[in-house]
Amino acid sequence: MLKFNDKGIYCEQADVYIDPWGQVDRAIITHAHSDHARWGSRHYLAHHYSVPVMRWRLGSGINVTGIGYGETININGVKISLHPAGHIIGSAQVRLEYRGEVWVVSGDYKLQNDHLATPFEPVRCQHFITESTFGLPVYRFPAVEVVQTEINDWCAKNTAAGKTSVIIGYALGKAQHILYGLDRSIAPIYAHGAVVNMNRTLEQSGFDFSYAKPLDYSLSKKDLQGCIVIAPPSAVGTPWLRRFDPYSIGICSGWMQLRGARRRRGVDRGFVMSDHCDWQQLNTAIKLTGAENVYVTHGYKSIYAKWLRDEMHLNATEVDTLYEGESIEGDKEEAIAENTQTGIASQESNEDQSISSPENGDAA
Amino acid sequence: MKAFAELYTAIDQTTKTNAKVDALVEYFASAPETDVLWTVAMLTGKTPKRTIRSGELKEWSAEMSGLPYWIFDESYHIVGDLAETITLILPPPSSSAGYSLTETIAFLRSLDQYGDEDKKIAIQRRWDEMDTGERFVFNKLITGSFRVGVSKQLVIKALARQFKIEEDTVAHRLTGDWSPDTTTLTTLLSATGDTDSYYRPYPFYLAYQLEQPVEELGDVRDWQIEQKYDGIRGQLLVRRGELFVWSRGEELMTEKFPEFEILKDILPDGTVIDGEVLPFRDGRPLPFHLMQTRIGRKNLTKKSLQEAPLVMMCYDLLEYHGEDIRTRPMQERRALLEQVVKDANAIAAVPLLLSPVLDCKTWEEATRARETARDNNCEGLMLKHKNSPYETGRRKGQWWKWKVDPLTVDGVLLYAQRGHGRRANLYTDYTFAIWDGDELVPFTKAYSGLTDKELLQVDNWIKRNTIDKFGPVRSVKAELVFEIAFEGINRSPRHKSGVALRFPRILRWRTDKKKEDANTKDDLMKLIEMQEATR
Ligand SMILES: [Zn+2]
Ligand SMILES: [Zn+2]
Repeated sequence: MLKFNDKGIYCEQADVYIDPWGQVDRAIITHAHSDHARWGSRHYLAHHYSVPVMRWRLGSGINVTGIGYGETININGVKISLHPAGHIIGSAQVRLEYRGEVWVVSGDYKLQNDHLATPFEPVRCQHFITESTFGLPVYRFPAVEVVQTEINDWCAKNTAAGKTSVIIGYALGKAQHILYGLDRSIAPIYAHGAVVNMNRTLEQSGFDFSYAKPLDYSLSKKDLQGCIVIAPPSAVGTPWLRRFDPYSIGICSGWMQLRGARRRRGVDRGFVMSDHCDWQQLNTAIKLTGAENVYVTHGYKSIYAKWLRDEMHLNATEVDTLYEGESIEGDKEEAIAENTQTGIASQESNEDQSISSPENGDAA
Repeated sequence: MKAFAELYTAIDQTTKTNAKVDALVEYFASAPETDVLWTVAMLTGKTPKRTIRSGELKEWSAEMSGLPYWIFDESYHIVGDLAETITLILPPPSSSAGYSLTETIAFLRSLDQYGDEDKKIAIQRRWDEMDTGERFVFNKLITGSFRVGVSKQLVIKALARQFKIEEDTVAHRLTGDWSPDTTTLTTLLSATGDTDSYYRPYPFYLAYQLEQPVEELGDVRDWQIEQKYDGIRGQLLVRRGELFVWSRGEELMTEKFPEFEILKDILPDGTVIDGEVLPFRDGRPLPFHLMQTRIGRKNLTKKSLQEAPLVMMCYDLLEYHGEDIRTRPMQERRALLEQVVKDANAIAAVPLLLSPVLDCKTWEEATRARETARDNNCEGLMLKHKNSPYETGRRKGQWWKWKVDPLTVDGVLLYAQRGHGRRANLYTDYTFAIWDGDELVPFTKAYSGLTDKELLQVDNWIKRNTIDKFGPVRSVKAELVFEIAFEGINRSPRHKSGVALRFPRILRWRTDKKKEDANTKDDLMKLIEMQEATR
C-alpha cells in the first residue's frame, strides 16, 4: 500500500505522503523535528501537540489539522490513525489500513518513558517502517531515572564548587526531557533563547516549563554563578558561553555512549540520554508489532536490516530516505526558520550534526 | 578497580589539565598504596604485557552476549576500539566483586598459567563481576591498549602535591626502569632509594614549537642557535665505570648502540651528555629511516652497523665530574661540553660530535639558515637562551623548536574509509592520488587537518559521490583536491606512485582547484632528485 518515491513515503490509494521531503498536496507528519516536518506542503495532518511547533517553525499560515491519538480518519477507503511514538511531545506512529492490509510508519520512537512524550504503544501490523539510528548492540541506554540522577549529582557538585552547569540538548525534545528531570532545588535554571521559545510553544499544548527562565541581559555574572543553563548543541564552543565562566559543560545524547563521540565534542561530561530506541528497544518494538515485513530507514540501516533478516527471520529491506545524508541542508532550513520567525539567533545550524552521526541528527 | 576506573573516566572526560591533576590527587589520597604504585607505573608507560589474543576476546564476548560474530565485527568497526566494543556488547554484570587494581593485575599475569578453556572461563567470570567503567579499563589492559590522556608531567605534579615533594625530585625518581614488583611507593618516592639510582637519566628538557615571530625573542646574540637533528634524542651517562644510553621515552637503549661502548673508558666518571643519536657518514647525517631499520633489528649484524653507523650529536652537558650542573647557564655548560668532547676525541676516535652553534648576526640570517636545514636532513633549528638552565619537561620560554615549514603537494581524493573511535561515523581516512600521465595513481593516505565542519561536508560529498563500496572503503568520483603537507619524501618501489611520504597530513581543502590542477608524479620525482642532489 505504501511506496517510497522521490518525495517521501507515499500512499497512492489515499493520495497522502508521510513525512515528505518534497512539496506535496497532503502530508501526514509523525513529529515536528525538521527532517520529518518540512516546509512547502499544501495541507498537513499531525497530532494536536505538534501543531503549535509546526506553525512556529514552518510559518503560522500553514494549513494544518491536529488530531488525537487513536482517532481515525478515512480517506478514500484508507483508515488512518495516529498512535503514540514516545519520541518527543506530539510524536506519533501513523497507522494505515486498507482492505485488511496494515502498515505502520513509526517516524522516530523510543520505548523508554520520559514522562513528557505519551509513551510508545505497539501497533500490530504486517508492514512496519522503522528508523535505526542506534541499531547496533553497542547501544544500550541506561534507564531515564539513572541518567537524571547522574545529571542532578553533577549539577549539585558544580554548584557547590561555584561553577555553572551548562547542559546541552536539542531545543525540541531533549531540552524538555532534561528540564523535566532536573532537581529544581539545586540552583536557578535558565535556558538559551531557542529553548525558551520552544518551551513557550509547547506551553500552548498545556505543558509547563516556565521554571526555566530566559537569560535576561540584566542578569549579572554573579547572579548566574552556580546556576544551571540548558542550551542547544550549537552553543558549544561559542563566545556565548563566556558569560557563565567558570562553568562545566555536559552533553545529553545517545551518541555519548561512545567514548569517541564524547571526546570529539571536547566537553566535560557526556550523558547517555536519547529520544531514540537503543538496540534492545528496537528489537522489542519490532517483535511487538508482529510485522513480517520491515523497512529500515535512517541509521545503521544495512547492518540492522541484515540482523532482522538473518537472526529474526523477517522480510527486512533497507530504504533510502532523505531523513539522512541531506541533513546538513535540512538543518540549515531549521536555522533560517528559527531566525526569521523569532529574531533570536538560535544557532541550530548544521554544526549540530557534528554531535551525532552525519546520517541523522539526534533531533531527527 | 572501581576507583581506578573512575580516575580513568575523570581524566578521559576533561580536557583541562587542572581537572586532571585534581582527579589524580584525589585518587592518590584515597587508593591503597600498591594501587597508587601500579597507577603511577601505568600512567608513565609501564603497562603490563597483553596476555590474550584479540581474536579470542572477540569470540568470548560475542558468545557471552549471544550475538553472531558478524554483528560484533560491524560494531567493532563503528566503535573503532576493541576494548570499548567488548565493554558495550556484553550483557549487564550480575554482581560487583570489587577487585582492587593490584589484584586485577595479579590476575592478568596469572593468566599465562591457565589452559585455553580455563582462561575463557576466568575472563568471562571477571566480565560478569564488573560495571561498565571497570570493564572498559580491564579490557584496555588485556588488549594491551591501555593509554590515558595524561602526561608524565601531570602525574609528577599530582604526586608532588599529594606527597609534598618537589616536582623535579619526583621527576628524577620516576625515571629509569623501576617496577612495582621490586619497589614500594615509599621507596620510590623517598630520597634513600636514590643511592641505587646511579643508572638513571635526568628528566629531559623539551622545547615547544615557536609560534610567535622570531624577532620577538629579542637580541639574536642572546640565543644559541643549533640545527634540530632528526634522530633519537637521548642521554648518555657514564657513572661508576658503566655506560647507559637512555632515549627520550626513557627507555634504556645501551645495547642498541655498541659503538658507544668504548666511551665508558674514555669519558670521566660522572658525565651526562644530552644529544641526538644519528646515523652519520662522510661528514653528514643520513636519512632517519636508516636508523629506524637498524633499531628495529633484534640482532645487529656487521652489515647493519656499516650501513648506518651511529654518532651522538652532543647538545648539552648535565653532569660534569659527578656534579649536577643543570642550573648553570647554557653558555657555561656549552663551554664544558666542548671541553669534554675535545678531551675524549684526543684519547681516541669516539662517536661524539659537537652540535655546531650557528653564527647568526641577525634574525634574517637565522631565518635563512632555517630554510636550508632540510638539506642537512634536519627538521629546523633549536633556539636556546644563553642563560637558560636545563629545565624539566616541556617548557615554554627559554628553549624553542623552530621547525621548517612543511613541504606540500596537491592530491585528488580517490578513496575514503570510515574513521575509528571518535570519528566512527564519518568518512575521515582518505587516500589521495597524483597524476601519472593521464592516470591518477594513489600516493598517500592522510587524515586530520580538516575542521569538523569541513569533515562533515566532505563526508556528505563522499556519500553522494560514491562509485563503489568494498568493505569499509568507498571509491569516490575524482573531483576534490586537497593540499597535503609532509616532512620528507623517499623513493619507494613498493608504491605504485614510486614515492613514500613521511608524516603526511591534510593541510587544507583546495576548493579553488580542479582535479586537473593536482600535482604529478614528475613533480614529486623532481623534489626527490633535488634532495638527492644536495646530499
Ligand atoms: Zn528522524
Ligand atoms: Zn525526531
